[in-house]
Order: sequence, then C-alpha cells, then structure tokens
Amino acid sequence: MSAIARRGSGWTPWLYLAPALVVLGGLLVYPVYQLGLISFLEYTQAQVSGGEPTSFKGLGNYTTLFGDPQFWQVLLATVVFAAACVLATLALGCALAVLLTRVRAVPRLALMMAALGAWATPAITGSTVWVFLFDPDFGPVNKVLGLGDHSWTYGRYSAFALVLLEVVWCSFPFVMVTVYAGIRAIPAEVLEAASLDGASQWRIWRSVMAPMLRPILVVVTIQSVIWDFKIFTQIYVMTNGGGIAGQNLVLNVYAYQKAFASSQYSLGSAIGVVMLLILLAVTLVYLRLLRRQGEEL
Amino acid sequence: MKFSARIAAPAAALVLAGLTATACAPQTSDNSAKKDEKSGTLRVWLFQEVGNAPKQKVVDRAVDAFRAQHKDAEVEIEYIPVETRAQKIKAAFNDPESAPDLIEYGNTDTAGYVKDGGLADVTEEFGAWAEAKDTDPAAKQSVSVGGKVYGAPFFVGVRALYYRTDVFEELGLKPPKSQAELVTAAKKIRKAKPELYGLAVGGAYTYGAMPFIWANGGELAEESGGTYTSAIDSPAARKGIKAYTSLFGPDNCPAAKCAEMGGNDTVTAFASGRAGMAIGGDFSHAAVEAGKVKGKYAVVPLPGVKAGEIAPAFAGGNNLGVLKSSSHRTLAVDLMKQLAGKKAQGELFDAMGFLPTYTDVRESAAKKEPFVEPFIETLAAGAKAAPASPGWAQIDSSLVLPTMFQEIVSGRKDVAAASGDAAKKMNDAFGAAG
Repeated sequence: MSAIARRGSGWTPWLYLAPALVVLGGLLVYPVYQLGLISFLEYTQAQVSGGEPTSFKGLGNYTTLFGDPQFWQVLLATVVFAAACVLATLALGCALAVLLTRVRAVPRLALMMAALGAWATPAITGSTVWVFLFDPDFGPVNKVLGLGDHSWTYGRYSAFALVLLEVVWCSFPFVMVTVYAGIRAIPAEVLEAASLDGASQWRIWRSVMAPMLRPILVVVTIQSVIWDFKIFTQIYVMTNGGGIAGQNLVLNVYAYQKAFASSQYSLGSAIGVVMLLILLAVTLVYLRLLRRQGEEL
Repeated sequence: MKFSARIAAPAAALVLAGLTATACAPQTSDNSAKKDEKSGTLRVWLFQEVGNAPKQKVVDRAVDAFRAQHKDAEVEIEYIPVETRAQKIKAAFNDPESAPDLIEYGNTDTAGYVKDGGLADVTEEFGAWAEAKDTDPAAKQSVSVGGKVYGAPFFVGVRALYYRTDVFEELGLKPPKSQAELVTAAKKIRKAKPELYGLAVGGAYTYGAMPFIWANGGELAEESGGTYTSAIDSPAARKGIKAYTSLFGPDNCPAAKCAEMGGNDTVTAFASGRAGMAIGGDFSHAAVEAGKVKGKYAVVPLPGVKAGEIAPAFAGGNNLGVLKSSSHRTLAVDLMKQLAGKKAQGELFDAMGFLPTYTDVRESAAKKEPFVEPFIETLAAGAKAAPASPGWAQIDSSLVLPTMFQEIVSGRKDVAAASGDAAKKMNDAFGAAG
C-alpha cells in the first residue's frame, strides 16, 4: 500500500509536467535535434530538391567553419560588438533610471513616453529610420552637423558605431524601466540615512543602491547579453547585409548568409550550433548566479 | 522585443533552431516526373516586370496560339516578383506537388538549377526545333550545361555605355573609343563638374566590372574537362581589376559612396543627373527615360582596350525551362516553344524592349528601334556568359566578386591579395560543386 503511494507520488509531478514537456519537446528539442543533425550532413539546395543524395559529412562542416579565418573574425566582432552594446545600454539605462527618480512628474512622463516609444518601435522600422537620418545624400544629421556627403556606413567602426546607437536606443528602455522599478523598491530611510552620513550621489549609488539592485542588474545584464549577441535585424538592414566586403558581419547575419543566401544549409546549421552552445554557456552562468543569490528556481 | 528571464534562454535556442525552418527535416523531395499527361492544367511562372501589362498581352497571345493547337490543355500563368524569385523557385524544387510546369529564370542560374535537379533536359526537342537554329551562340550557351540543353532562351540583356550628350558637348569631349579615353573623359567630367561622378561605378556592380576584366584578356574561370578553375588572379584579369578599381576615388567616384553601390544605384545616379556616364543595360532604358536626363543622353558600346574595340559584355537575360517534376512534359515543352518562339520574341521586343535571342529577329528589331543599335553591336562583338558551373550560383550569392572589389577600393587589400583570396573562394565553390 505504502509502496504504491510512494510510486504514485513519484510519478505525479511528471504527470503534471507532461503537457508542458510535450510542447517543449515539439517546439524546442526536435528543432535543435534537426539543427544538430543537419550540421553533420552535406545538405544544400541540391540535396533538398533531390538533385543529389544527402550524405553524412561527420565534422566536415565544423572543420570548414573553424578553418575559415572569416568565421573567427566574425565571432570576435560579434563578442566585442555585443559587449559594447551591453555596456552602453546598461550605462544609459541606469543613468536615466536614476534621473527618473529625481525629476518632477511632467519631465518624468515625457522621458517615459519617449523611452516607451523607442521600445515599441519594431527593429526593422527603427533601423530604416536611423539609416535615413544618417544618409549621406538626404539625411538630416549630415546637414545639421555640416558634414556634407560623409558616408557613415563606409568605415567599419563608424558603421558599427551607427548600429550600436540604434541598438542602444531601442534596448535602453527595458533596462531603465526595470532599474527604475528596483530603485523605487529601495526603502527611503536607507537612502536618507546615507545622505545624513554625508555620502555623495555617486557614493550612494555605488555603496547603497547598486548592491541592493544587484539581482535586477544581473537579470538585465544577462538578458542584454543574450539579446545583443543574437543581433540580426539592425546589422542586416543598416549595413545592407553585412557591410562593405562583409566588414560588419555578426554571427547571426553570417549564419543567414551561409544558410539561406547561398543555400549551404548544413554550414548555416553548424554556425547555429556554435551560437547555441555559446548562449547555453551564458545561460548556465546566469542560472548559477541566480541560485547563488538564493532565488527560487 | 524583450522576453521575461525564464523564457529568454529557450527562446534564444528556438530562434536558432528556427534557422532550419525551411528545411525542417533533412528531407529530400523527389523531382522525377511520374507521368506525361496530354491534357489538364499547365502552370507557368513568369517574372513580374516593372510595367508588366504589355508583357502580359504578348504572353496571352502566345497562350491563345498554343490553346488553338491543344484544345484539352488549360494554361494558368502566374507573374512572380523578381526580388523573391530565388526563394519561390527553391520552394518549387522542394515541393514538386505544388510546383509549376514551366518557369522563367535568370540565365546565370541555369547550372545551379540543373544541379539542384530542378530542370528537365530538353536537348532532343531543342535540336528538332526549326526556329532554334537561329539562336545566337551566347544565348544557346546560357541554356546548356555539359553539352545538354535545359530550356529555351527567352530574351538577352546586355550593357553598354550611357553618356550625357550635354555634358560632353559643354566640355568638348567625344564618346570614348578606348578604355584609356574612357578613364580620361570620366576624370575630366569630375574635375569640371565636381557634383557629378565622371563614370558611375559600383563596388557591388559585378556585371559592370566584368567587361574590364574581359577587355584586358582576363577570364573569370577556365574550364577543362567539365571542371572550372578560377582565373580571376591571372595577370590579365588583374589588369582589368586594376582598371576598374582605379575609377574609385575622389577624381571620379569617391570610394566612400561608390564602394557600396550596385548596378541599379549607378543607373539611378545617371538617370537623376548625378553622373556623366554609366554602364547600363538595354533594360535600363525605361528607367533613364523616366529620369531627369531624358533627351540629354546617348549610348555607345563600352570601349575595349585598343581604340575601336568593344569590351566584351556580360550576356545576361532570361530563359524558359520545363521543370523536371512536371507531369505534362510534352505540353510544357510545346508551350515553351510557343513563348520563346520568334513571333513571341519579336512581339516582346515591341512591347517591352527585351532583345530577342534570334540573330535574324534581332536585326529586324534594330531597324525598327535605332536605340538598341549599340546594344546589338555589343552583342555582335561577342558577349560572354558567366561560368556554366553550379558553383557560380554560390559564388554569385556569397558575393565573392563584390567583396573583392570592395576590399580593393576601400584600400584594405591590394589587387594581388584580393584577387588571390577571391580565386581561392571561387575554387572552393567550384570544387564543392564538382
């Protein structure tokens, strides 16, 4: 009797989890399995449409990928670019969140509306508008700054900088709103005590607010990392698919160019697997950090 | 735009997994024809041109003529957008059940589509077709792979030099007779009128650059025994690359703006009056006529290296082909002959200005419309096709040549290094294609 009850209780959680697991299995595990499988095959348009038989290539796609200097260059560019985006987004988001707590209702409302507007703009619309603003022939920015027909997308760094501005513009509101909510939750007496002790604004942020906001900051940081690492739309639209001679390629756009523009589905899948592993590592770090802070998982 | 923390990780993985969306399982579709029915509905995909109505009329007449001979057959024509044709045609190969029987396709795609197993071999029917004898050799080559014919040429497109008659007159210039004169004229225009590009060139304008390589005796690739090897790094080809890339700079077309430009951008620059010269196709005529420079321009063949020579142009254009998966092969081939026949091509020229692929039809077209003269002259001087290897489609879509030109004009690599790297990438693609 008791054995049956024990066994029953062992199975019950799984029974409740089953619907979610089925959905996850279908929508997540199966595609990832296919992604991995294709990355080990020779699979281009000719194999898809039956012109040639599909053959097993083992690690061939990975050898090709890792042997391609462009891949390493793109990987490096992606990491550096994502890091710059994350830092800039966090810095701006936190600064404006602090500003929000210090201004009156009307400017606060205006700042909130502006931020929410940027947040709500679809990435493709935002990118198109930014490119237009910086257009060498018709863009208002060059007119205002008196730069003549300076092309912002010609130089590698200036093109990356332009994309960075757009990325920061559309992702700082998330950081700002989250951090603002966190600051509001800090008891007023703690801050009051700090200022009574004669702490400067910077000191209050560093020694009081930042430690109390740590869980929130970790969440927004990891999310920004994941999001900025996967950046696609902004680069694709603003640098016309990767820039002059591919100078502005990031991993996601590179995978797209390989998989779809030139129909090398298997090579594109191999890039996808590499990205998956990198992001998985980042996610594991994220989960560990959360666990260490004693948050329920 | 942002997901909550809990779902961010799985969502990230999902997006990656979504990369396989079009090939959601490593499946392979069977494109072999099961039957050859003599009645039923034929489905046809043609390209949707800018201002498609006249083309539609010509096609409808040809279809009526076809139906008069085949009372049991229905024909369903669909005009597909040019920008998404690659995806649509790939999808048709992936799903033979809903694929059309006859398609229009760009002639640089022939070898790739044949390798994909999408196009039917019509060598016999083409050989037995009386009208096909007058097809010009370059056009015939554009439907042939490995000695077999995979369709019928529909029209050819070729590029020549557009120049501003008013600017030339003002500066006392004559239409250039050699490449050296072309470069001099371009720089003179830029110097006298700094708001104009002398000759509008583009780092991504491969078809505008090819004549420079060919005129200097270079080749894109060389064939021996069915396999191709890149020749883009040969001394002759490098000379051509050097000539083309020397046109990027403050004295003609500043690299900061011109490195990014493609063919359409250069034609747009010319049409809107921002360039003294441009390399444009017979198909660009309408766009230029619609621009600011209407009535102030003329066209001559692009000059070769020696005075009086014509630089070999790229023989572009479209073909018609029967899909391998078609269950109405005989009917589809008949319809293809009707649409790509002399009568329909002659009418298509009148309606759209597309150059016929038959030498005799083309000559009579030139008599009717003097505008096409320089283009026909260019074709007669010997236009060249892209390498007929399936690897070419990949070289084209992975932007090997634009990357090379952009690396050179942006000063990142010299001609030798950039062409060497491009040759390596081309050979990889040719090698993978077999």
